Amino acid sequence: MTPTPELPPERTTYAERRSQRIDALASASAAEEGGVSLIKSAWRRLRRNPVFLVGLAITVAFIALALVAPWLAPWDPAARPLLDDVRPQSNPVPGPEAGHPLGADDKGRDLLSRLLVGSQQTLLVGVLATFFGLLGGLVLGTLAGAVGGWIDSLVMRIVDVMLSIPSLLLAFTLAALATRPSQWTLIIAIATVQVPIFARLLRGSMLAQRASDHVLAARSLGVKQRAIVFRHMLPNALGPVIVQATLVLAVAIIDAAALSFLGLGNPDDRRPEWGQMLGKAQPFLGEAPHLAFYPAACIIVVALGFTLMGESLREALDPKTRR
Amino acid sequence: MLRFVLRRLIQMVGVVLVLSVLVFVWLRSLPGGPVSALLGERGTPERRAALEKALGLDQPLPVQYLRYMERAVQGDFGVSTKVLPGEDALDIFFARLPATIELSFFALVIAIALGIPLGYLAARRKGTPLDTTTVIFSLVGVAVPVFFTGFLLKYFFAVEWNLLPVSGRQSTGLDATRVTGLFVLDGILTREWDAAWDALKHLVLPAVALATIPFAVIFRITRASVLDVLDEDYVRTAEAKGLTAQVIRGRHVLRNAILPVVTTVGLQVGALLSGAVLTETVFSIRGIGDALATAFRDKDYPVLQVLIIAAAAIYVLVNLLVDIAYAVIDPRIRTR
Repeated sequence: MTPTPELPPERTTYAERRSQRIDALASASAAEEGGVSLIKSAWRRLRRNPVFLVGLAITVAFIALALVAPWLAPWDPAARPLLDDVRPQSNPVPGPEAGHPLGADDKGRDLLSRLLVGSQQTLLVGVLATFFGLLGGLVLGTLAGAVGGWIDSLVMRIVDVMLSIPSLLLAFTLAALATRPSQWTLIIAIATVQVPIFARLLRGSMLAQRASDHVLAARSLGVKQRAIVFRHMLPNALGPVIVQATLVLAVAIIDAAALSFLGLGNPDDRRPEWGQMLGKAQPFLGEAPHLAFYPAACIIVVALGFTLMGESLREALDPKTRR
Repeated sequence: MLRFVLRRLIQMVGVVLVLSVLVFVWLRSLPGGPVSALLGERGTPERRAALEKALGLDQPLPVQYLRYMERAVQGDFGVSTKVLPGEDALDIFFARLPATIELSFFALVIAIALGIPLGYLAARRKGTPLDTTTVIFSLVGVAVPVFFTGFLLKYFFAVEWNLLPVSGRQSTGLDATRVTGLFVLDGILTREWDAAWDALKHLVLPAVALATIPFAVIFRITRASVLDVLDEDYVRTAEAKGLTAQVIRGRHVLRNAILPVVTTVGLQVGALLSGAVLTETVFSIRGIGDALATAFRDKDYPVLQVLIIAAAAIYVLVNLLVDIAYAVIDPRIRTR
């Protein structure tokens, strides 16, 4: 018997296989099903999927909270109403009292208000880090996938080198390189790590699109290259990218906490962020573990929400599970 | 097989070289750069210029890089400025390596020992409470920041219930003989059983904390992979032939389902290296992760450079080993 040619990924490197997994997700968007659009059939199954609904509920609640938090919070998160109660030796973290149901932090600021308002910065960090990562990946991936040739090879080699460093470690390094850490250096560090993943994902998607019939049709009708890329290929290639973005949102929020924990986050804590609150609560873990537990619980719930949504979206868009 | 390994080794050297260029350029492009890091507040323009000349920083960047590499191949990566001031950066790496290897090894053992059997069971009993519970547990595991898992474990098991040691690798006052620097192994080799037991007790909490994310990933890949294989025609054929459940399980299902899992285990080394930075900080373990955390925070660039390149090299090397293991498990790859 002759060996079948399409047998396993032959002698591939781990990076290539990691890439292949991303590419498999990418090609999922190219699959079409007679009559029913991918999005419609996915939505039909998602509507009845409890995992997706729980994730969606958490996400919607989180975004709603972030929008109305300033009006919900009883105190200004930067004000220090309980400053007089802070005793560095005997009582470093004031406990609950009238008007302050969760007590205060080590600087006498109302903890409940900081948690509520903290949702804003947390959402901002997650969304911006994902957005910039997506943007970078979009530019590189579109270039590589639409132009091809040596640009494709060059971009993909850079992407492979970036993927060969453990991603969180790379984020730590990038954040540590900033002489003056701030919210922005943190966001950029997390975003940069996501660029190669998005780039590879989008390139795979674009390649699948380039070979598809509607692009061939557009080309034979004499549609300009630019219009083909931006009107016909890109919109159709975005599906798996959106799935990945949902998952990255969760990762970004968790990673932001890790960076803050290492002292690589935003040193200015007048506008609270959950990861930062968790990072800064570490010295008081012995006396006041609640100072860490509340922001940690918030992060876990929100990250779980995005993950549940992303995973069920991925499953719904995967042609293998479609029925 | 030999050519395959050789080709991969050359690729690995390439990746590490490109990486060293990137790290080098990054570090040199910083505002202030190493001179500011060394001089700190005391930097007058004259002193800066003198130090820049002494360090060769007035040369063009490519020349600087070649000089750096020239010293690097001789094992001279510069001297630590903050982690252990005055100490050779490469020496710090080797001194810290055993602690991290020991911790990561135990974490990986825990992740594999729980992840693969549970993933298999969950797939076999898809939809049962066992499946649902473990899937939810693995999803939550990924959502919890690693250092917070460490804190929870430390807070309850060490501080509140006093079951296990709070931090470090060994109880103070315990005088153990060092052979390899892997404390548990040392204790076994020298038959100092109390030392081995003590070191093992110190390892439990950090290893469990570090294992959460690799466990979750290995579990989910195993489950998905077994589910895929159970659907295959050859499993149905095997069942139709009347093979015993045991043979089907071992030869057909597990053997095929394990392939993607092996790759995943290799990729988890990345999560272990990143996680070690956080876990070692939480449990005050003097390993590479702890040194990295200090280097990140205090901007100790020589140490940072060595550790990042070494971490990437380890990551790439482990994945090369995984690829070789892959070829051993899957004869289809070997024979081509």
